[in-house]
Amino acid sequence: MSDAAIALRDISFTWPGQKTPTLALDRFDVQAHEQVFVSGPSGSGKSTLLALIGGIASAQGGSVAILGQGLDALPASRRDRFRVDHIGFIFQQFNLIPYLSILDNVLLPCQFSAYRRERALAQGQDLHAAAHSLLRSLDLAPDLWRRAVTQLSIGQQQRVAAARALIGRPEIVVADEPTSALDSDRQHAFLDLIQHECEQAGASLVFVSHDQRLAERFHRRIALNDINRCASMEDAG
Amino acid sequence: MSFLFRLAARSAWNRRFTLGLMLLAIALSSAMLLGIERIRHEVREGFSQSVSGTDLVVGARTSPVQLMLYAIFRIGGATNNMGWDSAQKLAKNPAVAWTIPLSLGDSHRGFPVLATNGNYFEHFHYGDGQALHLSEGRVFGSVFETVIGAEVAQHLHYKLGDHIVLSHGMGSLHLTDHADKPFTVTGILARTGTPVDRTVHIGLDAMEAIHLDWEGGAPMPGLSIAPALVKKFDLTPKTVTAVLVGLKNRAAVFGVQRDIADDNSEPLMAVLPGVALDELWQVVGVGENALLLVSAMVVIVGLAGLVSAIMASLGERRRELAVLRSVGARPTDIFLLLALEGLAVMLAGVVLGVLLLTLALVALGPFLSAQFGVTLHATLPAAGELQLLLWTIAAGFLASLLPGLRAYRLSLADGLTPRI
Repeated sequence: MSDAAIALRDISFTWPGQKTPTLALDRFDVQAHEQVFVSGPSGSGKSTLLALIGGIASAQGGSVAILGQGLDALPASRRDRFRVDHIGFIFQQFNLIPYLSILDNVLLPCQFSAYRRERALAQGQDLHAAAHSLLRSLDLAPDLWRRAVTQLSIGQQQRVAAARALIGRPEIVVADEPTSALDSDRQHAFLDLIQHECEQAGASLVFVSHDQRLAERFHRRIALNDINRCASMEDAG
Repeated sequence: MSFLFRLAARSAWNRRFTLGLMLLAIALSSAMLLGIERIRHEVREGFSQSVSGTDLVVGARTSPVQLMLYAIFRIGGATNNMGWDSAQKLAKNPAVAWTIPLSLGDSHRGFPVLATNGNYFEHFHYGDGQALHLSEGRVFGSVFETVIGAEVAQHLHYKLGDHIVLSHGMGSLHLTDHADKPFTVTGILARTGTPVDRTVHIGLDAMEAIHLDWEGGAPMPGLSIAPALVKKFDLTPKTVTAVLVGLKNRAAVFGVQRDIADDNSEPLMAVLPGVALDELWQVVGVGENALLLVSAMVVIVGLAGLVSAIMASLGERRRELAVLRSVGARPTDIFLLLALEGLAVMLAGVVLGVLLLTLALVALGPFLSAQFGVTLHATLPAAGELQLLLWTIAAGFLASLLPGLRAYRLSLADGLTPRI
């Protein structure tokens, strides 16, 4: 129990203004260093689950513990801090801030978190060196770094997003359908890189996708439809 | 915090075209607000300084405002004149230092003609006590000579030695000319920024002379007196329109005012120019406030435009805000990011507005002065204007909180996955 990265118990969550709960589940666990595949089509409560893990929303019932820290007990601003300190997020697409350089995009978590900044500095001589080595290991050549974000391909953008999620070695990486905009070959190449980096960093990986072909690459598979008692039936496929 | 500033700046730079347009709108509206405030101030200043050093204005009984209008501003006409003997009596009053008799009624191509005597050029003061002085030529000497104001000379392109013909009455249409008695320009006054600039000055005797062969406002048929012969007649005026009075001791002003009012030989009144000017300004001031109100509305419209532009951009920025949330930005950071942007555009807009106005005044100042007689100085904002600008910025600050609040609520509702 103590080395559980994520531990959700007896969760019940209703978005403000809605009558019925969106998410109700008994338990959802991710162990440290574990790479979990979560299949969650729309309507399965996926967004809600990620919001709870990220501490963006807090459940009306049950408990959310990240790295042993109960999020429910923390005030909202502390949860914001906790999120950036320990969790890296990768989204489906549009991960990058268009007006920041690639390097600044990667270093964003270090701007908001002193913890991530220190851990990044422990990786390299300075922040830039840490970002450079991550970008390199994610197969982004130095001549790309100076380009505008909008000049990158989707696959390259997702790898920059991965570098941002990984910088400063957060204990947990949450990826929300990061490969859905990529073609099949690139999906696997991207997964190779990110799974390798998570292993290297010792991070737990929560990978949310509806693409079952990717599921076998993970230690464990969780179908959100099966554990969420509130999953809407029409979407639950 | 400093990172947020940089983030806001980069984000704004990324949308520089839209924000630039908003900046321009804010700049133009604040330049307009400031410009109108400055015109208002200058007009009022010019207005209150159109006469100084004169202790009393004396004329036939009417309202003080009316008397000021025609005696100082040469607007409208006198309903009654005062007798020359009363004017003479006033000049001999032991408390009186000097008098300037004024006689109005004629015009030259829309500019009022003022008949007076040499005292006018010696004792009439304006502004902070500046005397009139000639930029060219000399004061009129013989009967058919005239001294014209700077604007008359500039507008009609007159120079020394030109001959001009006066018209009977005020206005510009269907006037009967005193064509038989042309005047020679002998002097041009330096610009004063007062109604003096728009005045054609002649001697009191000249006013009599051009009306010798007139009766009841029209030339007498069959009677024509040649200019050369006028000196054979008595050219002492029978009436004047008003008399400006300077006292030896200003403290005596109320005593003299009462003496004039109580004089039973002719019903006259004496007004203190400062008091009457204030009264007059209250009438004019309504329009002035309306003008300020209009420009305030322009600023409000500009602000509304700014807020709506930033609001509209929020829709496209929801993913960006979600990404910032995911890397640790608090909802208050998101609020600050948006509020900072609005405030910065507002501030920059106002500063640009001041710059624009200053440039415009440097470029157009001489033109404005020549065309409208309003002298605007390209100076730094005065205290009153600064206050106005601060109010504008405060309004802008409040307005820029709106997109901030909206972003705050959106980022709370959206969390990490904006529903777009």
